[in-house]
Amino acid sequence: MANRRPAAKKQPAGKSAQPKQAAQSKQSMQPKPAAANPHLLGEILPEGAYEVEVLPKGLHRVPRGVDELATEHLIMNMGPQHPSTHGVLHLLLEIDGEEVITGEANIGYLHRGIEKLAEHRRYNQVGTLLDRSDYLSGLHSELAFSMAVEQLAEIEVPRKANWIRSLVSELNRIASHLVWMGTFGMDAGSMPGFLYALREREALLDILETITGARMMFNYVRPGGVLMDLPPEVEPMIRAFLADFPTKLEEYDTLIGKNEIMQARIKGVGVIHRSTALAFGLTGANLRATGFGWDVRKERPYAAYPELDFDIPVGETADCWARYLVRMEEMRVSTKLVGQLLDGMPEGDHSAKVAKVLRPPAGEAYAAVESPRGEMGIHLASDGSDKPYRMRVRGPAYYALSIIDEILPGNLIADAVMTAGSLDLVLGEIDR
Amino acid sequence: MNPVLVAVLRALAALGLMLANGVVLIYMLRKVLGHMHVRLGPNRVGPFGLLQTTMDVIKLLTKEDVMASSVDKWLFRLAPLMVFVPAFMAYLALALSPTWRFSNLDGGLLYLFAVLSLVPIGIVIAGWASNSKWSLIGGMRAAGQQIAYEVPLLLSVLGIVLMSGTLNMTDIVRSQQGLWLGFLPRWYIFPQFPAFLLFMVAGLAELNQTPFDMSEAESELISGFANEYSGMKFGFMFLAEFSNSFIIAALATTLFFGGWLIPGLERNALALQLGPIVFMIKTYIGIFVLMWIRGTLPRVRVDQLLALGWKRLIPMSLAWVMLTGVIIKLPSLFGGVG
Repeated sequence: MANRRPAAKKQPAGKSAQPKQAAQSKQSMQPKPAAANPHLLGEILPEGAYEVEVLPKGLHRVPRGVDELATEHLIMNMGPQHPSTHGVLHLLLEIDGEEVITGEANIGYLHRGIEKLAEHRRYNQVGTLLDRSDYLSGLHSELAFSMAVEQLAEIEVPRKANWIRSLVSELNRIASHLVWMGTFGMDAGSMPGFLYALREREALLDILETITGARMMFNYVRPGGVLMDLPPEVEPMIRAFLADFPTKLEEYDTLIGKNEIMQARIKGVGVIHRSTALAFGLTGANLRATGFGWDVRKERPYAAYPELDFDIPVGETADCWARYLVRMEEMRVSTKLVGQLLDGMPEGDHSAKVAKVLRPPAGEAYAAVESPRGEMGIHLASDGSDKPYRMRVRGPAYYALSIIDEILPGNLIADAVMTAGSLDLVLGEIDR
Repeated sequence: MNPVLVAVLRALAALGLMLANGVVLIYMLRKVLGHMHVRLGPNRVGPFGLLQTTMDVIKLLTKEDVMASSVDKWLFRLAPLMVFVPAFMAYLALALSPTWRFSNLDGGLLYLFAVLSLVPIGIVIAGWASNSKWSLIGGMRAAGQQIAYEVPLLLSVLGIVLMSGTLNMTDIVRSQQGLWLGFLPRWYIFPQFPAFLLFMVAGLAELNQTPFDMSEAESELISGFANEYSGMKFGFMFLAEFSNSFIIAALATTLFFGGWLIPGLERNALALQLGPIVFMIKTYIGIFVLMWIRGTLPRVRVDQLLALGWKRLIPMSLAWVMLTGVIIKLPSLFGGVG
């Protein structure tokens, strides 16, 4: 070991490549013109979508190499064990002092082969796997899978099942956003937000436990409907939560978002241009923060959403601050939705009559839901047997992570932490 | 008695106070932060978890002292001492009451700032010797931060030196005896309030504490310069950090809050006897405020921190020193009684 180290040090890997890389990053540092991808703009943008005229430029403060003084770039391994990479993300950063020159995400530390495992499970068992992919919003993945199966097997879902599905989805969305809010605050060094957020999440998990029987690994949404009807004792629990939560949320907003230090940290940082966001397939709050009002709940309505009245919050500045505002607003919207769902909960069956062992006819189906992180899609291929022939997960956080090489250069290390945090990455879903 | 023996005993007393403070502060920090974070804090070892710190110290003492083979061995061993010894030396300048004091230096305040400015050298050494990139960044940040913030810290207390006309800690407190306008204690917090704000901000930065804990920055640098340290080496750094927060709070008490004085009872013999207790109570209130800030605010970014230091605090503190000087000298300029 001792002999190998100096040799590794001398390895001139970075030396020859360095000027080239620096030149490249200099080019990529230039703020991209709005029409960088002309084919994306104008055609995809729906009527009334808000186009941002001037975006805050990517911050660039540290001069590179003072007075022709040779400086060396450091390669830093941020993660997989690092307090602010939310699990096991491994960011390979090339830094010049405090400034990130290039950033590269290295994933796969949490790979469990969920897509492959699904090929060896019956249709009503796959939910168990999907709970473990996006572990903060298991119900959304289950719902997407169940909808794909229902498309294949042409199952009609009862109205009540749809309403319950929407109800638990929204509760799960608030719980997931709360975790995001807390960890985002913690990325900035603000401890209390996290613990307060988890306190509220605890109430939500209690509610979800009463409904589904589990706190995180639900396996509750099944092809044809949901596993069980709503228990009678859950309504007062949800009502109590709804009465309490909005004031608490305002408090946390004051603690985290309205703090001047926090605003200085996240305003103008991690700007994702709308055309870039579209080109990289970003969805959810990350896309909506660029002013593009795309939400699966509105665009391809599912479950009870066609019958509900709600708005899609849209950001303006496309930076971490906009993503923060959009997510906080989404929690408020979800709170209202839960109230609506509870008030209008219909009577009836909680599930269609479905065979114990499902054998959907051969074919393919794609179903998507709006998970807390964006469009969670399941592409399912069936060969007519009792197990899926192939299941493909379109995970929103995976696409959100892919943009990180694009937006990190030119930021400081501290900004890189905030940017990665603002994308709301869940590594379980990225690695699957 | 032999003056050398007296000096040694005083130093030992200061060390005792430092260690006792460390034990109390660690427990207090955990309980206070726990309370603010809707947690319980330590509550398992001993009544109310009081023995938690003791157990932690035993753990640190018996823990394997890991030292990576690539570290600079002598600097790596030296760094915890370089952090710990200045913190201890700073205690020697404190005066808890006219009789309870470790020394009576005429340049006590100057001495205190001088030894405090040695701490970042230890941190830079720790960052460099660890031979770890994260530690190196932490050490460099500490250097930049301390240079930027020591100046406003020193400048912010200059107004008080001008008003009291002394650098002796005991005399500074003595000059705060009496009342203004019959009800306001003659504490320097009132005429020097802007200086107090500057002192607070610069002091927080000097302490490496949230929102200015750049060199540790848990979410960015994991734990910065202390990354590679374990066992009692880490314990020393930890202890130095806690005793520094005591020193800054004690300094604030001495300079701005009248030290051991109770307003209106300055000549009371019993009040003077209670002096050290009054001093400790005031200091611990200050420490509580520091912990409160620590438990609430997010961290600033390193460039914002330096911009705040160089562009705002230093000009502001310079202007305040000048203003104080002019106001003090005005009466004599116009031939008044002064």
